[in-house]
Amino acid sequence: MSLLSFCEWLANTPGSIALHESAWGYPLIESVHVLALCLFLGLAVMLDFRLLGLTMRRVPVSEVAGRLLPWTIAGFLIMIISGALLFYGIPVRTYQNIFFRIKVVLLVLSGLNACVFHSTVYRKVAQWDLQPVPPPRARIAGALSILFWAGIVAAGRMIAYNWFDQSR
Amino acid sequence: MSLLHLFGWFDSSAVGETIRASTWLFPVIEAFHLVGLAVIGGAVLLVDLRLFGLGLRSQPVSRIARDAQPWLIGSLLVMLTSGTLLFTSEAVKCYYHDAFWVKMTSLFLAIIFTFTIRQRVTMAEPGRVGPLRSKIVALVSVALWSGVGIGGRWIGFS
Repeated sequence: MSLLSFCEWLANTPGSIALHESAWGYPLIESVHVLALCLFLGLAVMLDFRLLGLTMRRVPVSEVAGRLLPWTIAGFLIMIISGALLFYGIPVRTYQNIFFRIKVVLLVLSGLNACVFHSTVYRKVAQWDLQPVPPPRARIAGALSILFWAGIVAAGRMIAYNWFDQSR
Repeated sequence: MSLLHLFGWFDSSAVGETIRASTWLFPVIEAFHLVGLAVIGGAVLLVDLRLFGLGLRSQPVSRIARDAQPWLIGSLLVMLTSGTLLFTSEAVKCYYHDAFWVKMTSLFLAIIFTFTIRQRVTMAEPGRVGPLRSKIVALVSVALWSGVGIGGRWIGFS
């Protein structure tokens, strides 16, 4: 079963049809998805700025990360659930949208960046926790995170347009 | 000159015409507006969470507020600039849209509140502001900025 035929199957499920046809359901979920950016990305970006030495220079990095993490995770769950519902309501068109595909690639890259950061330089955070400007590898992770997420937001916004839609 | 005339002037300005005539300018400016939304949301929430006694609660409120301030002001400027450009391209539509007026009223109140009452509370010496007052200030701040965000999103649904 190809991804396209999976999306076609998904589009014919009763839930997808109901969501697609509801007058206020889709815009409501879209609004939740956009506004939860503040909670998820807003706080994630604050940690990235700390990694770059651009804010909270006197607050230990581990404290910023640890204290904000529960909120970031809560925000992320809202983003994932609302995002999945948005896809579920319009599966075929979204799948064929080039910006959606760019967004998925950037999401994977952003996840890899976070994994690398946590399994390498962040393991030794005790050594640089109090540095106003963290070591280069931490700064690179922060910068990449901001770059990827800005791309994800921009690509997400562009899903509304059918420029360069793919037929497969 | 009535307000509608003024909005009409924005609508027919060269900037408004240019954005409307372009297929990609509006969504690109909107993308900047959304990235700015994330940053301003973070800068506001960082401090409001602290006022609620959550988030970075082992740090003094004033330190968190001082550190967040440049990002709050910077992102607000990005939002105001990109927002004005978006508005210019559809000013008359905005004039007749309730959501636009909800957003502008909330924005006006949010800016005034943030840089007067909230600022006085966040910059106060530790222990000078009670926890209840801090929480009320945080609640009002979150409510006003949410009004701006929800109103803004609703302008897109016509």
